[in-house]
Order: sequence, then C-alpha cells, then structure tokens
Amino acid sequence: MTEIDYDAFRAETRTWLEDNCPASMRTPPATDRSDNVMGGSKFDFKSEDQRVWLERMAERGWTAPEWPEQYGGGGLDPKQAKILRKEMARLNCRAPLIGHGLWMLGPALLEYGSEEQKLQHLPSIINGSVRWCQGYSEPGAGSDLASLRCKAEDKGDHYLVNGQKCWTSDGDKADWMFCLVRTDDSGPKQQGISFVLFPMDTPGVAVRPVPLLTGESHFCDTFLENVVVPKENLVGKEGEGWTIAKALLVHERNMMSSMDDTMPAPPKSLVEYAIEYVGLNENGRLRDQRLRARMVSQMMNKRALDLTQSRAFEEGMAGVLDMRMTSIFKYAGTENIKDNTALLVDVLGHSGFRWDAEEHYEETQRTAAWMNALSFTIAGGSSEVQLNVIAKRSLELPQQ
Amino acid sequence: MDGFTACPENGNQNLAGILAHSAHGRCKGDLIRQLKGIMESYSNIQGILGMPLVLNEEQRMLRDSVRDFVKDNANVDHFRKLRDQGNGQPYDADTWASLVELGISGICIPEAHGGLEFGYLAMGAVFEEFGKQLTASPLLSSAVFGASLIELAGTDTQKSKYLPAIASGELTVAVGIEEGSHHAPLYTMLPLVESDAGFILSGRKAFVMDGQSADILIVLARSSGGLGDTEGLTLLLLEKDPAGLQRDNVRMVDSRDYADLVFIDAEVSADSVLGDVGEAFDPLVLSLDRARACLAAEMLGGAQEMFDRTIAYLQERDQFGQKIGSFQALQHRAADMYTELELTRSTVMDALSALDEQRDDISQAVSTAKCRINDTSLHIANEAIQMHGGIGVTDELDIGLFFKRCHVCVNLLGNSGYHSERFAGLNGF
Repeated sequence: MTEIDYDAFRAETRTWLEDNCPASMRTPPATDRSDNVMGGSKFDFKSEDQRVWLERMAERGWTAPEWPEQYGGGGLDPKQAKILRKEMARLNCRAPLIGHGLWMLGPALLEYGSEEQKLQHLPSIINGSVRWCQGYSEPGAGSDLASLRCKAEDKGDHYLVNGQKCWTSDGDKADWMFCLVRTDDSGPKQQGISFVLFPMDTPGVAVRPVPLLTGESHFCDTFLENVVVPKENLVGKEGEGWTIAKALLVHERNMMSSMDDTMPAPPKSLVEYAIEYVGLNENGRLRDQRLRARMVSQMMNKRALDLTQSRAFEEGMAGVLDMRMTSIFKYAGTENIKDNTALLVDVLGHSGFRWDAEEHYEETQRTAAWMNALSFTIAGGSSEVQLNVIAKRSLELPQQ
Repeated sequence: MDGFTACPENGNQNLAGILAHSAHGRCKGDLIRQLKGIMESYSNIQGILGMPLVLNEEQRMLRDSVRDFVKDNANVDHFRKLRDQGNGQPYDADTWASLVELGISGICIPEAHGGLEFGYLAMGAVFEEFGKQLTASPLLSSAVFGASLIELAGTDTQKSKYLPAIASGELTVAVGIEEGSHHAPLYTMLPLVESDAGFILSGRKAFVMDGQSADILIVLARSSGGLGDTEGLTLLLLEKDPAGLQRDNVRMVDSRDYADLVFIDAEVSADSVLGDVGEAFDPLVLSLDRARACLAAEMLGGAQEMFDRTIAYLQERDQFGQKIGSFQALQHRAADMYTELELTRSTVMDALSALDEQRDDISQAVSTAKCRINDTSLHIANEAIQMHGGIGVTDELDIGLFFKRCHVCVNLLGNSGYHSERFAGLNGF
C-alpha cells in the first residue's frame, strides 16, 4: 500500500469543505426529495448555492470520489473516501449530486466499458450534465429479469430496438438510458442479452409516468419503437449483457441497502415523535407497550445494520472480508427501512395517515415516506429474490 | 497433560506463526504477553476508521490457537463425556490448567495485578470458540465477572491479594447475584445485618454460575434501601465458606455447575466487604456488562455452530429424491437465519469493542448485543432442531446439547425482556 498521510488529508479536506460548502448547503434538505440534485439537462437548480456546490465538488471529482482522475473522478482510495464522507457528515454537507449515473452506470462502465465510452460518459456523469435512467424491467420480466424480450435487431452498423420497459425511475427527466435488450433468443435466456446506451431524445422513444400510491410518479413506462442505436453504444460484447446487468445489480443493491443515507432524515428522531404523539406514563415509559417494544427492536435492528456495514468495510480494509456476507445488505437494509417508516406512521397514529401536504406538511411526508418504502423491498431484486441469492451464493445450498 | 500442545516444538503451526512475529519466542504462559507487544507496535489504523469491529492480526492468532486447542482438548465430545460421567465434575481440571497456562485467565485482568490486559475483543474471541465447542470452564464466572468486581470495587489490598491468583488460575471465584428466577440485580434483598464480629447473613442467592466448584464466593447483599434501589448494595467476598452457609447443587439442562447459596445466620467478618458498604452499584453495572458481553460472545459461537451444522445437513440430506437444501421453503429460512446471525455478530463485536474503548454507551451496546444474541440464538436453535427432523430431538445428536446451553444462556444475566427494558430506559422512553 502506498504511503498516504491520512491525517493530513483529513485536515485539508476539512478546511476545503469549510471554505467551499455554501452555508445553505449545510442545512437539512427538505424531506420530500425536492432538494436532491439529480443533474441532467432538464434539471432546475433550486438555488445558486446548489449549483455552485455541485460545480466546486465536481471540479475536484468529489461527486465520484473513488473514480480515476483521468475521467474526472476524485482518485481517492477507500479510506480517503470514507474520511471525505465523514467530514461531509460532520459539517452536514448535502450530497452535491446523486443518481443512476453515479451509483450504477459509472461503476459498470469502469468495469466493462471501452476507453472511448469511459471518456465520453464518465465526465458528464461526474459534473452532473447528463442524467441517466435504467431500462431493465419489462411487463413480462420483473423478478425473472432474464426473460426480457425487448428486441434489438442487427442492422449492420446499428441495432433497431423494439419493445417496452417499465419501472424506469425518472425516465421522463433523464437524458440517456442504459438498457438491456435481446440480441439473440436461440439459447438459454441469460445468453443473448446485450447492454446498450442511447439518448432519450432518439426518435421512437416515448415515456409515460405511472402514478403511484403516493400520487407521485417517479416511475415511468418507456416505449421503444424502431429506435436506432449505433453499435459503438454497445457496452461489452454482444450477448454478454447479463454479466454486466448482474454486476450492476450489485451496485444497485448496495445503493439500496443504504438508501437511508440518500433519504433526508425526518426532522425528529423516532423517540422524539413517540414522546410527542404517544406520550409517557408516570413511570417515564411510553404509554403504548406494544409500540414501545417495536421501537426497541427497530432501534436495535438499525444499530445492528449500521454496525454490520461498518464491519464489512473494516473487514475489507483488513483483507478478511468474506464477500459472501455482503449479499445480505439489500435484503436487510430495505426491510429495515420499510419497518422503520411503517413504525413511524404507527407512532404518529391517526396523524400518520394524513394526506394534506398544505396544512400538515411534516406528517404527510412521513405518510409518503412509508408508502414509498414499500417499493424498496421489490425494486432491484425483491426480498424473496434476495433470499434466493443468499441461499445460493452465500450458503451454497443445492439448487433444484 | 502439559497443555502446551501450543508449543512450536509440539508442531502447532498457529502458535509457531505467532511466535515467529516475536524476537524471543519461548512459549509457556507468555503467548498473550507477546501478542500484546506486537499489537502495540502496529500503527493504529483503526484510529482513523473509528471503532474496531474486526479482530486485528494478533487477536486472530489468539483465536486460532484457542480454536485449535479446544478442538483437540475441550470439544463437544469431551463435554458429553463430562456430562455422562455424572460425578459432579463441572469442567475438566487439567484442561482448565492448560487454558490458564495459555494465558486466557489473565486476558481481562490489569497488568498491574498480574493480568495481561489484552482486552475484551480478544476475550470475546476466546468465548466464541468455547461456544462452538461447548467448552465448560470457570472463565466467565471467575476471570471475567469475579475479577472485574474485585478490580472495580475492591480495595488495593483486596486487588493485590486476589487478582494475581485469579489470573494464574490458583483461585476461582463465583458471584451470587440472583435471588429469583429472573435476572434482577436491583431486586437484591439479602439483608446485611451488622453484628459484633461483622455481619450476619440469612437468606439465599440463586442460580450461581460455578457456585459449587468455585474456591471463593462474592455475594451481593443489601445494606440499606429497598427493592429496585441503586443505593445500599454491598458486595461481600467470602474467602472461606462461613458456618451457616450451604452450597446446594442446582442441576440445569445445560449440565454446567450452578449452586444455590443458602445462608442461615452465617457470620462474616467486617473485612469481607469488597470495597465500601452500600457502594456496589457502579462496579456491579460495569462488571455485569463485561460478563454479559463475554457471554454474548459464547452464545454467538454456539449459534454459529448450530447454524453451520444445520446448513451442512441441508446440503447432505436427501428426501423426495433431492437434497432438502434445494427446497425454497428451507432456503429462505436458512438465508434469514444467516442474515440475522451476521447482523447480531456485529452487535456483539461492538459491545466488546465498547468495553475496550471505554465508550460512554457501553450499557446500550451491551443490551443491544445480549438482546439480539438471545433472540438470534433461540431462533437458530429452534430451526436447527426442526430442520434436522427426528434426529434433532435425540440425545445422540449434538444439536440438542447446544440447544440446551443456548436456552440457559438466554436467561443468564438478562433475557430479552430485561435488556429491552433497559435499552428503552437508556433512550428515554
């Protein structure tokens, strides 16, 4: 390992953040995701500070701290990146940029993309000028993703793509899509899948938002009709898209397992809400014994989950991490958020089911957070699929 | 047995590996002292990362040595033999002597008092190995719980008299806390009545771990106050059993050593008080947390072993023409156990680490760990029996021995109700 002076790095980072993070970017973001910076050509910055903060962080490559410098990344090692995260947390710095480009496509391109593709796409992900969406699921291919049928015909220098994608997160706001298509249906379903990239304004691409339980529609149906995709936009080799898709799912699942970090925390803690909405009895105990017991379990579970993520990191640093262990995080993390948001609305009682953002903004946000979290244990591999993965990969149980 | 199967001359590769790190590698008793020196010479990487949740190299080497030793000398078969002999011998004295020689009885005792001060993460690693092999020993009652009370509550004279003897294995201590069927240290009501010679004790301490075999006893009594009061608790150290004290054998499903201590007008001298009269609460709380964290580590080992054996069975047992591990109904339950066990492991490591770092959230960390390992090991114990099917309920299969030990441990030093209550209180609800 090269000699890096981590204490010095910490000190420099601290000073730089203090000098460069605008004061308004050190306040808690709104709890409804409206302060999230997703980037892309259709994104409107809410404030000049927000724009400046992204610009300054992107200039250092610190929107993607661990990506190589030659593509505009920060070039930090994992320990430095952790120090940066801790220092940002210390000052309550908001994330300058989030999204599918940073979380998913970037890591996949770094691993499987050609040099041209990396140079073309990584810098615009890092500076937030291009926003990406993911074309994976189809009406007939959800948990069984490999049975996807969206067809890409070989037309010499390009593919002609026809089919439908669904659950495309923020498809209506994205500039480009990374998409799984079928280039061959003669063999086993996992073969013959390819991974392609195309701009959302390509003729033949149509997007329709799908309203959810919360009334919001950040998922879309995407219709692809005679969409021309040049062959240089194929990532990896033709027919090897499933390998990339699986690697990318790992990134997605990692991201989802710590979804909490990307969701603004409620303004009060669970205990504060409980004391306010349920109340304590004369012995200082919560009036509702069952809620009290659920709170203890939930708080211990959350603590266990956070500790396990730290432990995995430390084991990784010490070179003793058993990678098989990491398959629990998507399952455990999303189930935990679902339990936590559900517990919070139960603590709020009647007020937990308000649907009146104008008169009761904060309570309505808790209601929305609970309904939103229902999708976390479904998207990116349902909990049931994750349990299959754990049984197969981690426990090496026989397959039928 | 000389117990030094761990000597390089005896071909133990792990110890040889450890000693190779050290300039002067003689064995005998010095193992941990040497490890500690190596550890201190390392740069403290973990300081950058925050709390250590992973064993460092020296702690791993210690764990590997203990693992090898107990696998050969204090494994489940040995435990079964001890139980079947039925001669009341709770642990094998020779094996214990060898373990002492390895240094483990001094791991948590300060250097100033003849210990090795190697820390709780290290001790936890030892307990985890004990848990995997059902190794019976007075390590928890004496070298952790008893030693901690003497260290934290005792006078200088008491510390220098007893701690070196506990570290060297000359003496074992048992601690009498409970008076009822549930862990409730604040409900201690054994009255401490002053007399001419000191005090008179009349009453009972129940379910005292290693209470039959221990050389000396520490007993929690009440000098003032009532049920639930933190003030007025007093610890007595009884070097010899006074007249009027009877140790009644208590037989439990885990076949370990427990005793009820029955005092009938037993006279104890004034200098039996450990530390100060009425001031036992603070040392008691920290000592209990140290013992709970180590017990949690033993339970973690037991749970891991039951889990591993069950997964192995799912991989080999055929029914309906296929391995039963290929059935999704069992796969999901196995995956759930695995997830729970990994999450719980982190809380146990954190509790041990909190003790080493003397953090201010020790109580919260320990209650989280004990509560979670209680629930996780019960879950795994029940699933282990169910998934083994009929043979799971036979005495022949070892799973049952782990199952029984697990259930007793769940109730030792606080069940999940106790620790949930405490956790809620610490968090203000």
